[in-house]
Amino acid sequence: MNRMPLLMTGFFLTFLTAWLGLVAVPYFQIGRYQPEVDEITKDQTPPPFSGQADQGSAIYAASGCIYCHSQQVRPTEAGADLARGWGARRTVARDYMRDRVAFFGTSRTGPDLSNIGARQPSVEWHYQHLYQPQVVAPGSIMPPYRFLFEKRKISGAPSSDAFKVLPPDAPEEGYEIVPSNEAKALVQYLIALKRSTYPLPESPDEPATP
Amino acid sequence: MSVATVESPAKPTLVDSLLPQHRETIEDKVDRAEIDQTLRGPVLLYIGFAIFWLLLGSLLALIASVKLNVPGFLADWSWLTFGRVRPAHLNAVAYGWGAQVGVGVALWLMARLCRVPVRHGGLLYASAGIYNFGILLGIVGILAGHGTSVEWLEFPRYAAIVVFAGFALVSIWMVIMFRFRKPGHVYVSQWYILAAFFWFPWLYATANIVIFYLPVQAAVQGPVNWWYGHNALGLFFTPIGIASTYYLIPKVIGRPVYSYQLSIIGFWSLAFFYSWNGMHHLIGGPFPAWLISASVVASFMMVIPVVTTAINHHFTMVGHFGALRWSPTLRFVVFGAVCYTISSIQGTSMAIRWVNQVTHFTHYTIGHAHLGLYGFYTMVMFGAVYYIVPRLVDWEWPSANLIRWHFWLSGIGVLFMFVSLSVAGLFQGLALEDPKISFITSVNYTKAFLWMRSLSGIMMTAGHIIFATSFALILRHAGARRARPTLLTQPDEPAVLAAAV
Repeated sequence: MNRMPLLMTGFFLTFLTAWLGLVAVPYFQIGRYQPEVDEITKDQTPPPFSGQADQGSAIYAASGCIYCHSQQVRPTEAGADLARGWGARRTVARDYMRDRVAFFGTSRTGPDLSNIGARQPSVEWHYQHLYQPQVVAPGSIMPPYRFLFEKRKISGAPSSDAFKVLPPDAPEEGYEIVPSNEAKALVQYLIALKRSTYPLPESPDEPATP
Repeated sequence: MSVATVESPAKPTLVDSLLPQHRETIEDKVDRAEIDQTLRGPVLLYIGFAIFWLLLGSLLALIASVKLNVPGFLADWSWLTFGRVRPAHLNAVAYGWGAQVGVGVALWLMARLCRVPVRHGGLLYASAGIYNFGILLGIVGILAGHGTSVEWLEFPRYAAIVVFAGFALVSIWMVIMFRFRKPGHVYVSQWYILAAFFWFPWLYATANIVIFYLPVQAAVQGPVNWWYGHNALGLFFTPIGIASTYYLIPKVIGRPVYSYQLSIIGFWSLAFFYSWNGMHHLIGGPFPAWLISASVVASFMMVIPVVTTAINHHFTMVGHFGALRWSPTLRFVVFGAVCYTISSIQGTSMAIRWVNQVTHFTHYTIGHAHLGLYGFYTMVMFGAVYYIVPRLVDWEWPSANLIRWHFWLSGIGVLFMFVSLSVAGLFQGLALEDPKISFITSVNYTKAFLWMRSLSGIMMTAGHIIFATSFALILRHAGARRARPTLLTQPDEPAVLAAAV
């Protein structure tokens, strides 16, 4: 083990095998998906994100949501995700083909968000939750995201964007809380997250065990 | 530089130099002095910057951990929201501290083991400057909201390329250094260092290109992300940590490594199996089953390099455990080596599917990460810094008490953190796996333990402040000149006093 070419060749070959196995082969196996197109309605599954939801995914990344929330539903044999009602079936690689960056996540300090749009479709609920998480989820340790909102003095008619903030953090009389464009985009992204609410050929619905 | 010596035998091999009975020639000493002289600037620069990022990273960690106890703490400014402070912490300590102190230590080890003075020292200064500018851009970028949310690769694209440039320069330097080494035996530490600096630029470049510059579909980003994430640990941090233990343990106790054959097996099995480990972070995820199974198998095979290295270190140490009482370096390094064995075996167990099912998304993983990167890697680096810096600045550590406090605060701190996060994670994971238990209950189970984690973080941060103080003092040649190295207690073996400590 005293010769540089021999050492370098060894370093190269050991590393190359893993690079081929874990980077190159997955690219050919799961890196070139096309959507499933319904022949009659021309609907695509998975559906594309709207422009606003796509911007919202950038806010999701910038705010570091993945450090507490995953976006993957494990099959019944690998975890209790389905039994918790986090999806109708496990998620598969094609479910993520519309994402620019995949937020699979490694932490569940908060619940899985793969299908949060199906569980909580209300825009108002999400504003409320981002503004003061503990009011809608008592005991939660999620931080408030008030920097995504604006407190404005009401002059004339209240803004159509403003939402009714529940106590204890409701603004004083004459003021309103309005979501910023970032908050709106983020919530559009969250309610668009319905990754495993429809079947795909490679992953039919699984009955959740009670 | 050549100096005539009274007895001028053939150049000693490293094994000769490690043997206790070997008497140094004056020429040896002059060579070493010259090497240290040319390395002084770059190595101290790297270590100094690394300590700065360690302090900043600790502060970010404290902020993030308090946020989990008090969600409203510093929540109203976007720069300090949890989801930004946490990755800023990880990147500050992983790249700012960990990788950087590793570069400093590896530079010194490589030059000493190649037995040649530095060529192209300017390259090293440039590399340190560029690298730290990249880290600064990256950390500020994450706090400003440009982070990527791809774990271990959060630096925005504009910072990643600068970090890469800085790192590539120092890697080139390593290869040049090795190429022009003095002929003779190549020591095991040199394989590890050379390999680490060969693998890491490849890893970092590939992962960044495939995920950000020419992005592949998101499904492939998962495997690439964890191929990178785990290999950064296994093929960069770990080799530098092991290179240091292989060098420092024999040096301090003054006897050669127990078995050359074992070190060969340890090295090549690490190279081959560690590189395949990453997909165990994706167990149960939306990926092909073979991919995950391959990594589960490789995770089991990791027992081979880990046990081989542990045996080799243990039998090198046998009969010399008493030295732990007096040698600061040995205390940190042996603590680290033991943590390496424990955290690696734990890592293998976490790849078992039914274990992973419980621990996967919980604080248990965070505890494991700290045992590995802090209990093992960082503690070994502390030990290495305690060994190297006096040789560079021609001054001994001013206070044994500061070193003692640093050791106990960091050592107890990391074990306390490991235990509290592991217990928190087990409660959390078992609750999550029982659908009859509400989700919020899984959160409530962790709360008391998260407070304990914050406490342990305060201990470790205090240790870092003490360490930084020691470093500042030795740079300023504080205190009186000491004739002998600063030891924690007076050794009872007289031979020890003569040996290099």
